[in-house]
Amino acid sequence: MPDPTVKSPVLSRLGGAVRWDTSVGVLLVVLLICSFSFVENFGNALNVSFLIGNTLPIALIALPMAMLVVSGEVDLSVASTAGLSSAVMGALWNAGMAIETIIPLCVLLGVVCGLVNGLLVTRLGLPSLAVTIGTLGAYRGIAQIVLGSDSVTDFPVQYLDFGAGRFGDTFLPYAVVPFVILLAIAVVVLHATRFGRSLFAVGASEEAARFAGVRVKRLKLAMFVSTGVISALTGVFWTLHYASARYDNATGLELSVIAAVLLGGIDFDGGKGTLGGAIAGVFLLGTMQNVMSLLNVSAQSQTVATGVLLVISVLAPRIGRRISQARARGRTAAPPLTAPST
Amino acid sequence: MTTTVEPVRPEVAPESVAARRLMDRIFKARELAVIAVLVVMLGATQLSNSEFLSQQGIRDLMLNATILVLVAIGQAMVVITRNVDLSVGSVLGISAFAAGLHLKDGGHPIIAVLLAVGVGALFGVVNGALVSLGKVPALVVTLGTLYIVRGIDSIWVGSRQITASALPDGFVDFGSDGIGVVPYLALLTLAALVVVAYYLRNYRSGRDMYALGSNPEAARLAGVPVRARVMTAYVVCGALAGLAGALYLARFGNVDSNTGNGYELVVVSAVVVGGVAFTGGSGTVYGAALGAVLLTSINGVLPALGVSSVWVTAINGFLLLLAIAVDRVLALRVAGALRKKAAQSRSARHA
Amino acid sequence: MPGTTARSRRLTLLLAAVTALTLGATACGGTTKDDASKDNGSAAVGKADPDAETKKGLTVAFLPKQVNNPYFTTADKGGEKALDELGSTYKEVGTSSGTDTAGQVSYVNTLTQQQVDAMAVSAQDPGALCTALKQAMRNGVSVVTYDSDTNKDCRQVFVSPASAEDLGRTQVELLAKQIGGKGEIAILSAAQTATNQNTWIDVMKEELKKPAYKDIKLVKTAYGDDDAQKSFQQTQGLLQEYPNLKGIISPTTVGIKAAAQYLSGSKYKGKVKLTGLGTPNDMRAYVKNGTVQEFELWEPAKLGALAAHVAVALESGQITGKEGETFNAGDLGTMTIGADGVVSPGEPTVFDKANIDEYDF
Repeated sequence: MPDPTVKSPVLSRLGGAVRWDTSVGVLLVVLLICSFSFVENFGNALNVSFLIGNTLPIALIALPMAMLVVSGEVDLSVASTAGLSSAVMGALWNAGMAIETIIPLCVLLGVVCGLVNGLLVTRLGLPSLAVTIGTLGAYRGIAQIVLGSDSVTDFPVQYLDFGAGRFGDTFLPYAVVPFVILLAIAVVVLHATRFGRSLFAVGASEEAARFAGVRVKRLKLAMFVSTGVISALTGVFWTLHYASARYDNATGLELSVIAAVLLGGIDFDGGKGTLGGAIAGVFLLGTMQNVMSLLNVSAQSQTVATGVLLVISVLAPRIGRRISQARARGRTAAPPLTAPST
Repeated sequence: MTTTVEPVRPEVAPESVAARRLMDRIFKARELAVIAVLVVMLGATQLSNSEFLSQQGIRDLMLNATILVLVAIGQAMVVITRNVDLSVGSVLGISAFAAGLHLKDGGHPIIAVLLAVGVGALFGVVNGALVSLGKVPALVVTLGTLYIVRGIDSIWVGSRQITASALPDGFVDFGSDGIGVVPYLALLTLAALVVVAYYLRNYRSGRDMYALGSNPEAARLAGVPVRARVMTAYVVCGALAGLAGALYLARFGNVDSNTGNGYELVVVSAVVVGGVAFTGGSGTVYGAALGAVLLTSINGVLPALGVSSVWVTAINGFLLLLAIAVDRVLALRVAGALRKKAAQSRSARHA
Repeated sequence: MPGTTARSRRLTLLLAAVTALTLGATACGGTTKDDASKDNGSAAVGKADPDAETKKGLTVAFLPKQVNNPYFTTADKGGEKALDELGSTYKEVGTSSGTDTAGQVSYVNTLTQQQVDAMAVSAQDPGALCTALKQAMRNGVSVVTYDSDTNKDCRQVFVSPASAEDLGRTQVELLAKQIGGKGEIAILSAAQTATNQNTWIDVMKEELKKPAYKDIKLVKTAYGDDDAQKSFQQTQGLLQEYPNLKGIISPTTVGIKAAAQYLSGSKYKGKVKLTGLGTPNDMRAYVKNGTVQEFELWEPAKLGALAAHVAVALESGQITGKEGETFNAGDLGTMTIGADGVVSPGEPTVFDKANIDEYDF
């Protein structure tokens, strides 16, 4: 982590320039290097493939979630959407439907789930937090009604292999391929297109963006639908990865996703952040958990570590900003009467 | 969070009074609507199952609601200031265990309850400090403390648990006995409710919370001590979660490291169903309490009707969606009506 | 608004495209449940040598459904004691939630990585752990399940708490005795997905069909999700829905505890009988105040100890998990592996006012 108490003016200017997301990336690299060198059993291909495989569901949902948070909204129903998709997949499979039909249907389900969230937020002007807490319950509840107590496991082997297998003896799970493709698309869309720039504009100031001609509602609706689709796909992946379709699959995943995204420097107030940072945040948390398990750190201590990291990740940039502001004020002859609100 | 709140700008003094009256009436209507739903639901259940509202049944309904109502009162206060506290479930769990441990070692019940309240208030101070001093989004901070407090709880508690046999008989009886059909726990909760409601309505610092929630910047400029008010809200919320922990112990006679896990979403739902808006500055603790009673009653009604419990999660979710959607539509109507009235009186003056 | 129509048209187009895709896929056939070939990679390989020497210095990891759960802690302590006596090392890891299947899978992976010699797993889900456990077995780790089983090809031996038949039968017996052989009864279970609960409940239903129980009517099975509050309200619901209810069987430690706490503070105390599976420490207060007469449970410590012995015997090559193999399980005597690689420490213990103070778990 960069030392916040830098003294030299050059470094302090640099301190202002070094963004949180870059720091998270550096932290991830440092952690990986340390783990490869010092943690027994970490560095082999099998473990790294486990690490990637187990982190993929969070990483997948983090892509649209990061963009949604950039635009100033949030979706807490992602884990329930994934659970519902898993439950529907199980129920349809039990009903004898072909898996090649089921998966597109699950995608369609994701579209519907996203549309419900998006329309409630954009058409009625409701806060997305409240809406998606509601749909979090509703989607999970429907999943429970659809599949009930069943746990469906007998999916075709080639699909299960795709969900859980890896390329030969390398550290790359098969499922990393679709993820990398989606990541590339997401990075391009967020950072190199008009659409992406509009997302930042909407997150920074919705009013200003509207006056600048951004079609705010349509933009947000599109993001909610994408989030729904990716969540539903994650539900399919989860089902295949763990070879088990259950209504309670992925319960609580929304908190992990949000924690990772925020850790990666996406500002919860919208308008700031990069996808690279978000993905670094996801893998930082995933690697930490893997390493801590290998070092026999108990699950409880891991919970505390996650929480502390989350609080630091939102506190540190703000404190850093305030320090640099204070220093900037100290340099100017006449300090302004009221501090600009952060 | 970016929220789109329709600007409601009362322009002249008399109209603003009228506007407030109208808003008041709407919110009363909002609470009445929850009561109506509750009455209809309970009545219908009673018709199909005559055992439902027996003496025992009524007592159970009240007992079921107490814990959630307590936590919802505190949460409502925090939400009114345009913040949120997700750590309440974890705080409830750790304070319940603190109280249980004290009783197990032969401590006095009153001290145990105070201890639980104290532990809760302490975590409230932590949350309040992080939110008000760090100016960090409350959702993120309290998500962090949710994890931290739960982690500390499970490291401290380990596989220990407090069972009914470790508690003094008087304490466990206190959890189910009462005066007539009204359990002691419900009386305690009612007292807390009335006190908090009175504070919010009649004290300057209580009104400040609404001001703060409707427009933080304006409140700050008007001289409201923002940090102190936010801190108060979090401390009260923590303390009430602590008290709820003590009551949980009395009610269920059993606490382990998982107690209160996942409670935060139920509490938030209850508050919102009760008409306390996420955008801050509106709603009452009575509404939040009613919301809590409604949600727990559904949990009681479905089994009594013989409906499978798999429906509960879905129904709670839909109810929450319905509540916020209805609120929003009402608010839009009111804003429209006010604008029309303002326009009429303006043109009347000009004429 | 022109925007809306354009948008809805695009939306319709999208939906149509997905539907077409779906239908197309269906038309071309596809992989359905019927053509999915079953993967029947049997786990037990090699030959058992009952006289092989018991290895020492092994590391056996216990992975309970949930750490910090008093029941599993007692069981795992039993395993620790047995491993101590056998000269091997014990360790315990696990998730703090009982339904965090993904977490459990990643623990299986971690243990495989750490190259433990054997693992004893209480599975949260019969299917979800399979891939990870098979991978562990391929890497030379012996896999034993205890308390809750996985699919039977994903482990070598399952240490069952007591046979499902025994448990189902004895719980019905206990309740029938308490209610005088007639009346309405109900079951309060844990989650709908709990495998062992569902097995026991099926046995109970079969048992109730016997002529001896013709006056007993099972009116409902309720699910409390192993959550104190939900179990509480489910109990209330049962009593309201069936005012003539005479007794409740709750084959889960959380459920019976919550039901007992509710009954003891209500007018039904002593009138509605309650039995099932509970731990003596949980239930002591309710047995003493007359809410509960008798309930039962196996001794979790024995379950853990047997799991430890099985793990060491597997690793030593004394058994492979086939039916009929025998091995020495220390204080528990000589054990024989039954059909499907299941072994169990014996009949459950019944607790009542007279003997409950002799137990501490």
